[in-house]
Amino acid sequence: MKTLMLGNVAAARGLYEAGCSFVSSYPGTPSTEITESAAQYPEIYAEWAPNEKVAMEAAFGASLAGRRSFCGMKHVGLNVAADPLFTISYTGVNAGMVIAVADDAGMHSSQNEQDSRHYARASKIPMLEPSDAAESLDYAKRAYAISEQFDTPVLLKMCTRVAHSQSLVETQPRVEPEQKPYEKTPQKYIMMPGYAKLRHPVVEARTRALTAFAETTDLNRVEQGSDRSVGFIADSTAYQYVKEAFGDRYPVLKLGLVWPMPEEKLRTFAASVDRLIVAEELDGFIESHCRDLGLAVEGKSLFSPIGELSQNTVAAALGRQTAEGPKLETPIPVRPPVMCAGCPHRGLFYTLKKLKLTVIGDIGCYTLGAAAPLGAIDSVICMGASVSGIHGFNKASGGASEGKTVAVIGDSTFMHSGMTGLVNIAYNDSKSTVIILDNSITGMTGHQQNPTTGKNLKGDPAARIDLESLCRAIGIRRVRVVDPYDLAAVETAVREELAADEASVIISRRPCALLKYVKHKKPILADADKCRKCGMCMRIGCPAISMTEHGVQIDATLCTGCGVCGQLCKFGALAPQEEG
Amino acid sequence: METKNIMIVGVGGQGSLLASKLLGRLLLTRGYDIKVSEVHGMSQRGGSVVTYVRFGSKVYSPIIDKGEADFIVSFELLEAARYTQYLRKGGKIVTNTQRINPMPVITGAARYPDDPVSEMRAAGIDVDAFDALSLAEQAGSPRAVNLVLMGHLSNSFDFTPEEWDAAIEQSVPAAYLALNRRAFALGRNA
Repeated sequence: MKTLMLGNVAAARGLYEAGCSFVSSYPGTPSTEITESAAQYPEIYAEWAPNEKVAMEAAFGASLAGRRSFCGMKHVGLNVAADPLFTISYTGVNAGMVIAVADDAGMHSSQNEQDSRHYARASKIPMLEPSDAAESLDYAKRAYAISEQFDTPVLLKMCTRVAHSQSLVETQPRVEPEQKPYEKTPQKYIMMPGYAKLRHPVVEARTRALTAFAETTDLNRVEQGSDRSVGFIADSTAYQYVKEAFGDRYPVLKLGLVWPMPEEKLRTFAASVDRLIVAEELDGFIESHCRDLGLAVEGKSLFSPIGELSQNTVAAALGRQTAEGPKLETPIPVRPPVMCAGCPHRGLFYTLKKLKLTVIGDIGCYTLGAAAPLGAIDSVICMGASVSGIHGFNKASGGASEGKTVAVIGDSTFMHSGMTGLVNIAYNDSKSTVIILDNSITGMTGHQQNPTTGKNLKGDPAARIDLESLCRAIGIRRVRVVDPYDLAAVETAVREELAADEASVIISRRPCALLKYVKHKKPILADADKCRKCGMCMRIGCPAISMTEHGVQIDATLCTGCGVCGQLCKFGALAPQEEG
Repeated sequence: METKNIMIVGVGGQGSLLASKLLGRLLLTRGYDIKVSEVHGMSQRGGSVVTYVRFGSKVYSPIIDKGEADFIVSFELLEAARYTQYLRKGGKIVTNTQRINPMPVITGAARYPDDPVSEMRAAGIDVDAFDALSLAEQAGSPRAVNLVLMGHLSNSFDFTPEEWDAAIEQSVPAAYLALNRRAFALGRNA
């Protein structure tokens, strides 16, 4: 029977059916649900690792031990894991190993829109690209077969529209492969120069063998069309857009194995059509390869390298415009994401803005502290970059910025790659102040556990890293904890730590307001009679507060009674309700 | 059958994922090819969210493009006005009249349009606007706006009440089944 499944859930089903028994990942939109779904199968051991590099190395260890293994991450996570990636290409695997990487063209929830297909070519690792949920399941399974047949890890490339779209799949039972024996093989698994020099030719021969495989595999299929004036080469979701726009009119070469690419198949297809067009999102990856083969091809001259494609953009490339619905004349205000009502980060960012500090930011929900009206963040680059960045910022300014600059980083992000930056602060002695926004969960990606929460991926009790002890062990002597709902305490803590003549860590601790176990207070009562419309409460950007001509109003369905707004109101117009 | 396109739009956190889940369950029973596309991650934090539901004999693209939507079901008035270009000729907007101010309006940087429904109608759009929030509260919870909207949308399709009910039963937790059934019925009769 066919069921409707999210692409990521289908990929997890593929792992299950293929007999994968070890999963280690770090959450990241749009990849997270693969690992969360895999964890639902009792036959699969699944964990959140502190970061993607750890996850990939753990998955490699499991493969070495003889079990089919998996790690999943978002596109920027693969940058973190690039170090093991390039060398496990050399070692190959024992049992099959699959690495999912989920790109985010259109940047729905990311800081860049890098095209991860380049990693396949650069690391000489084959890459499969499903275009819907059924293929996500099928390709995940076939990735293991390819991995073991060619002795290589295999990349499974997802993208937002494949990962987060549901479509019909058919499931099959799991196969349970025997654990492969581990045999000590230094020349295969110890990558020091003497052995690595022997492995590199093996990798090149493997790519030749995979290229031959790419010629014959049905992963790369030609769909005939009635009109040979144009032929499309397409991968991933771009294939779906081509089919949606033109149906069976033009021939399509669909590449399911996007690296390494076939040669003869491309040449034969090119020769069969008058005009060859590559439809692909982001970079002209396939197009460049076609040019390397000397084929006359169009691609990025028709399609933007920026953002996502769609059926309309594909149709427009051949001059067909779709009639759009009417556009209203009234300007429609944008609706950007905002910090939730009751978010513990709000009071902290209000204080940082009030003190006019330079704030080196990081990746997580708290990146929203950059948005108006808080506008409290100066830079955001990547996971962990706040803690390392503030050190360079303060060193470069000869200490002049130390008293007016802070780094902000979440608990999960700190465990991911913030703590190595703190080691640098301690070791190389900058008097930097780092604020860890400890909301007891990995928030933005949808509430995943992490090493500071005391629970593992399956929700079972786990060792809890104690942030205070960790920071002290690194060598930071000034470590203090504040409640971000208490504005006065936050301001005192920030002022004192910035004034101190040594490095410091402030842990701003309060669980995410969306966590089920967090009990909210009664909504704040707005007293319009007392309100003077001074606008102080509007400076914190709380979605539950609005100012009307009659004075301040509270949306009781949103308000969690956190009381931060009341601390700003000099007229007592925002009072907490009696509890009980 | 030609592909039908339903866009579900609203504000992150309003519960549009349940509406698309319900539609998915419903459509599955009729043997259609189906694609449902959701947005996860940052937009869910109070941003503008869009879910695409497409069904027919063969559906390729997971998204609905401008000029393609047969229905836009909106949880919030401004969001209905935001996506009018996605309507196809003869398409229809079903919208809750609830207004939720986005941050630029809250901070005074932008204005919430005075009367989006009249403007949409003036632009020639078929708009079915009603107070789904009050009906949800009447059913027992403001969170049930999604089922009120689905109930109202159900009048535009030929699925039987029994088929809808079976889909509701499969989509919501048992503890909330009665509430959701009430909300659906109120929306259907609105």
